[in-house]
Amino acid sequence: MKRYRLEIRVTPRPGILDPQGKAIHHALHSLGWTGVDDVRVGKAIHLEIEAESEEAARAEATTMCEKLLANPVTEDFEIDRVEADATDSGDSKSDDQGPDDQGSDDQGSEDAEQG
Amino acid sequence: MRVAVVTFPGSNCDYDLYQAVKQVGGNPEFRWHRDRGLDGIDAVMLSGGFSYGDYLRAGAIARFSPIMEDVVPFAETGGPVVGVCNGFQVLCEAGLLPGALIRNEGLRFQSEDCRMRVERTDTPFTNRYEQGQVIRVPLAHAEGNYRADDETLARLEGENLVLFRYVDADGEATPASNPNGSTANIAGILNERGNVMGMMPHPERAMESLLGSTDGVPLFESLVASLGGRAGADVVGAGR
Repeated sequence: MKRYRLEIRVTPRPGILDPQGKAIHHALHSLGWTGVDDVRVGKAIHLEIEAESEEAARAEATTMCEKLLANPVTEDFEIDRVEADATDSGDSKSDDQGPDDQGSDDQGSEDAEQG
Repeated sequence: MRVAVVTFPGSNCDYDLYQAVKQVGGNPEFRWHRDRGLDGIDAVMLSGGFSYGDYLRAGAIARFSPIMEDVVPFAETGGPVVGVCNGFQVLCEAGLLPGALIRNEGLRFQSEDCRMRVERTDTPFTNRYEQGQVIRVPLAHAEGNYRADDETLARLEGENLVLFRYVDADGEATPASNPNGSTANIAGILNERGNVMGMMPHPERAMESLLGSTDGVPLFESLVASLGGRAGADVVGAGR
């Protein structure tokens, strides 16, 4: 198994009203950027996954997006980047994982608001 | 009549629901999100609040709570399920109701009384209201902006599955009476089978005239009555 870092982008679907994008659009205009035609706001989710291959990591992340990370009614998702972790020296010996493999997968909260 | 009131981490209207059910003569009992088992339960209610801090999307994580593994089959076999506010968001995320609730159009957390028109009275949730009755109920949410694709919206309207609509004092669904930008002023919907209902406003906060409105009482009476309970028997002054 190898460790892969993935970047996932979740954005409001075309045609779905994006109130945050609208507010930012308005703010940019007020600041003089009148050439801005449209603003859409989404979220970036960074994952670290142990997987057999890049394809496997991508496939697993796709399932995660379909099941949890994006809501198909209102959001689209894109897996922007999949790269092997350069600091991950070995295959298979990572049962005994390092201290840095935990605790960072709730970054999706970064732009979750009080609701 | 036994009603399970589900508490997720971050739920904050569960006691209100519990109290409302009790007030109309039902027998409420709490279920923690990690609990399993709905044997002998007649109805399930998912309360308002901020389950799991609303992280990712409101309701997105609660949907995978252990208790939901029982709530989904309960709903799919015809058991009555009500989701209020965050509970509505959870039901949409779980696929028990169509569509989704996104950020309010004005980006603000809205906390105010709203008026809603009761669009149907032949349901287990509204049989004690009058057809077209305008009721006043508090709402409190940041993500109550109901959205669905055109096909779903056409089906909701065509099959008469919109149960509550935001209206003005005259009962008209106007843009000004829409607090959050919801499509077609939708405040609450039913599933096709008619046993799952979700709504953004809080009927459980409209149970005492002292607190501003009793327009939520018939909703709980309706549920108890439809399940063969003795709704309305001891509403006044009950539940202290």
